[in-house]
Order: sequence, then structure tokens, then C-alpha cells
Amino acid sequence: MADQSQNKAVQTTGHAWDGDLQEFNNPLPTWWLWAFYASCVFTVVYWILYPAWPIGDTYTKGIATTTFQNSKGEEVTMGWNTRAEFIKDMQSGTEAMKQAEYLKKVSAASYEEIVNDPDMTAFTQSIAKVLFADNCAACHGVGGQPALVGLYPNLRDDAWLWGGKLSQIQHAIVAGRNGYMPAFGEVLSNEKIDQVANYVMTLSGLDADAAKASAGKAIFQGDEGGCYYCHTSAGTGMYSQGAANLTDAVWTVANVPGAETNKDKIAVISKVIKDGIQRKMPAWSERLSETEIKLLTVYVHGLGGGQ
Amino acid sequence: MKFNHESIEINSGLMLVLTLLAISIGGLVEIAPLYYIEDTIEKVDGVRPYTPLEQRGRDIYVREGCYTCHSQMIRPFRDEDMRYGHYSLAAESQYDHPFQWGSKRTGPDLARVGGKYSNAWQTQHLNNPRDVVPESIMPSYPWLLKNDLDYSDIDARLRALRTVGVPYSTNDEEYAANVEKFGVEVAEMLDINKAEKNLLAQAQSQNWDGDNTRLTEMDALVAYLQVLGTMVDFTKYDEGYFAEFR
Repeated sequence: MADQSQNKAVQTTGHAWDGDLQEFNNPLPTWWLWAFYASCVFTVVYWILYPAWPIGDTYTKGIATTTFQNSKGEEVTMGWNTRAEFIKDMQSGTEAMKQAEYLKKVSAASYEEIVNDPDMTAFTQSIAKVLFADNCAACHGVGGQPALVGLYPNLRDDAWLWGGKLSQIQHAIVAGRNGYMPAFGEVLSNEKIDQVANYVMTLSGLDADAAKASAGKAIFQGDEGGCYYCHTSAGTGMYSQGAANLTDAVWTVANVPGAETNKDKIAVISKVIKDGIQRKMPAWSERLSETEIKLLTVYVHGLGGGQ
Repeated sequence: MKFNHESIEINSGLMLVLTLLAISIGGLVEIAPLYYIEDTIEKVDGVRPYTPLEQRGRDIYVREGCYTCHSQMIRPFRDEDMRYGHYSLAAESQYDHPFQWGSKRTGPDLARVGGKYSNAWQTQHLNNPRDVVPESIMPSYPWLLKNDLDYSDIDARLRALRTVGVPYSTNDEEYAANVEKFGVEVAEMLDINKAEKNLLAQAQSQNWDGDNTRLTEMDALVAYLQVLGTMVDFTKYDEGYFAEFR
């Protein structure tokens, strides 16, 4: 930089501190000044085009407009605003149109057609993956496998509490599910609960105390426990009640595989019998559109266990 | 003396006054009109002040600083709509003091989280987020389940909100006005004289934190989260209706 004190055009403020400390009084740089004037002009143009100045209980709306269709299909034109722009973007934006083309196709197609059409399948996979991550993964885990056994159903395996057909999966998403098993802690003594737990172990082919299991069987199959009402006498469960199949060694609530010894396994089963189960899946019909639910249904069905 | 920028620069008192003036104009022009422009708050049914239990949960939400990572403001953009649902209305936060809009999203927006997950999930997740979402970086809040909810000052809390304009009622006249505006059921909940009774009743009305024998801070917070964004029935309004207010 040139030594500006030699430049006679530059003035100082006229003060001198400490004998020789002076302050330059430079004019504003030209580029800066013109940028300032340009932004003033831009401001006025903006005022004219867009909502800007408050006047009494209203404000200047600007001359720019946005046109979109209301739900009756009529064309509406109003002063430019972000909400109208948003509706327009949802109706005719480039990305929205691309997506709408596929959504239309999928919504008109049957499940079989979607699954058999590679184009629609690819679209379903990519969009449903995002929908699943936003809405379902919090409980069911990314990819359909929950973090811990017992809290939420695994969607990747063959075991279904409420059925794994497309229609059953769709119903679960639309209306939600209320998983309920009564608590037997007040009905059955700890000894009897232990016996039933031993019997449940044998249903899945695990080792258990034979004497206790046989006593447990009587409770399970009799009116004292009445377990067979929902789990059936064979222990295979009932989709209409969301009652688990106890014979497949797939544990949806009690973390039996995670418990190390047989005693621990019986303890986790006993806890379920004692405390019962209250699990709730929220209904999604108000949050997701019919087509989105359809896409999710195909996606969940395809995760591995669809029937 | 000639008046130029030098006279401002060397006179700190004058500079202070003029700086304040310049900043106030900016503030006044942008903020003040919102109070008297008719269209600021959309005319929409269903929005009501929080019940005593929800309000107590909201206080805990603020206490724990949830707002430092979670916004409560869905903007009118396609990507936000697809992820979170209908964009937020000014009307939906008209009883919020202070509002929780925010712009910092380390976690997701919570404006419409009500009803999205079960009570049990909310409880497990707040207690230790990694129990249900292994990749979560949210802190754990285990004390919410341990702390009993302090509701001894609930009527004072509601009275404070009433002072800043939230229509909690203290007398028959205000109660009648609430009945007119919100219906009997809601008006009952907004009666400060019944605040404690209402709080306890709502805490018992469903199993918020999985243990109905105790009233914990978790109960209140879950009750608050479950009502977020659920008050307006958007199926009742035409697309474009809300744009009329802008």
C-alpha cells in the first residue's frame, strides 16, 4: 500500500493525538458507494413487487401475483406470498410434477401390478424408504429391524402379530394397532406364573422343568389362565387379536434369546405374563395420504416377511 | 458549525440518540404492524390454550432446553410439508409465551409430533433415546421419570400467562366467555380455580409414562408433546384459505 500521508488529496480529521497520531478522512470507495445506490434502487423495486409497507390494519401487497388451483379446481390469483407459492410448487413445481406422475401411476395400480412392474417397484423402493425413515423407523428401526427385542415388532422376519398379508399390513398403517395382553400378576400366584412360563418354553422347543410345564399346561389350556383364548390351544396365536405365535421361537416381547440361562429365559417370560402388554401403534391415515400408505405397505411387505 | 458526519462522530451523546432512532425505525416498521394488521393470526377453529398438565409439560420442555435443538415451525416449503406435515400457522402458537418457533434443527422439527408416536415410545425415547433409535445423538433425560411433578404452583403459573393475555379464567364472566369461544369442555380446563384438579384428572386419564401410580415430570412432558400440532383440523379448510392471510 502506498503511504497515504504523502497523498495530498486525502484529508485528515484535523485532530492530532499524542503529538502525531492523526485520523484520515477518506471518501467512501466508489464501488461501495454505487453498490449502496444500487441496493436503494433494488429496495424500491422490491416494495413495488412484493408485500412491504404496513398501512393501518393492512399492508401493500405488491403487484407480483401467484396463481394456483384451489381444491375445487378453480384458478385463484392472489398477491405474491410464500403460502401461495408453496401451493403452486406442490401443484406444478418441476420436482412435484415428476413425482406426481409416478404417484398417479402407483395409486391407480393394484399391488400385484406394482410388484411386477420394475419401474413402479424402483419408485416405491426409493420413496417408501424415505417415508419409512421419517415415520416408521423411530420405533421399527431403520430397515425395519428395531434396536431392542421386545419393544417394537421386527418387520424383517416371518413372524407377524397381526398378519403379514398386504391387506393386513395396510390396515395396521391406516388404523394403527392396540396390542393388549392382560396382566396375570393379580390373578395367578408367582408359582403358577412360573409354571405357565415353563410350559411356554416347551412350546418353542426350549428346555424346561417337565413337572412345572405340565402344571403350566393345565393353567394355559384351562379356564384358570385362559391363555388359549387368544394364543389358541396349539399356542400358534391369532392374527385377529394380535396374539403372538408361541411355537415359532420368535420372541416379539420377551427377549428370550438375549437371556443367558434357562432360568433367565423363564424369568423374562414370567415378567410378560405377570405385567401383561400394552403396546400401541398410532394410526397414520390422518398423517399420510392413501398413496403414501400404499407405498409403505408394499415396502414393508417386501422387507422380508410378507405373506 | 457545519453539520456533517464529523459532528456526529465526535459527539457521543448525539450519536447514541441517532443510533437508537435508526435501529428503532427498523424494529418498529417490522414488528409493530403485526399487532394491528388484521390478517396476522389466521381465523381457524380448534386452537386453545394448553391444559394445566400440558402447560406444566411445556415448562419442562423449556427448562430442559429442548428448543436449542428442536424447532416448532414448519415452513411452507414442499420438502418440509412432505416430512413434517402442514406448515405451521401463526394461530397455532398464539397462546405460546414464549413461542418455540426457533430456527436451529439439530433434531427434527416438533411442531406436529403430537400423535406421531405412542406414549410408551416418547417415554422410552426421552429416558434414553438410544434404546429406540441407536444412531440418535440426543441426550438422555432419565430424571424425568424419577422426579415427581411439582404442581403446587400451577395456578400461579396460569395466572402469569393470563396476565400476558392467555384466556385462563378466574371468574364466572371470563369462564362464560371461554364457554362461548371454546365450548364447555375446554372452558372447564381453562378455569384456574380448578387447575390442580384438572391437572390430576388428566394425568390419570391415560397412561402417559407407563406408571399411573405416580405423577412424574415425564407424564407432563409427554402430555405436552402429544398435543403439539394436533389442534387444527386441516381437512376443514380449502387449500389457499391460509394464503389469504398473507
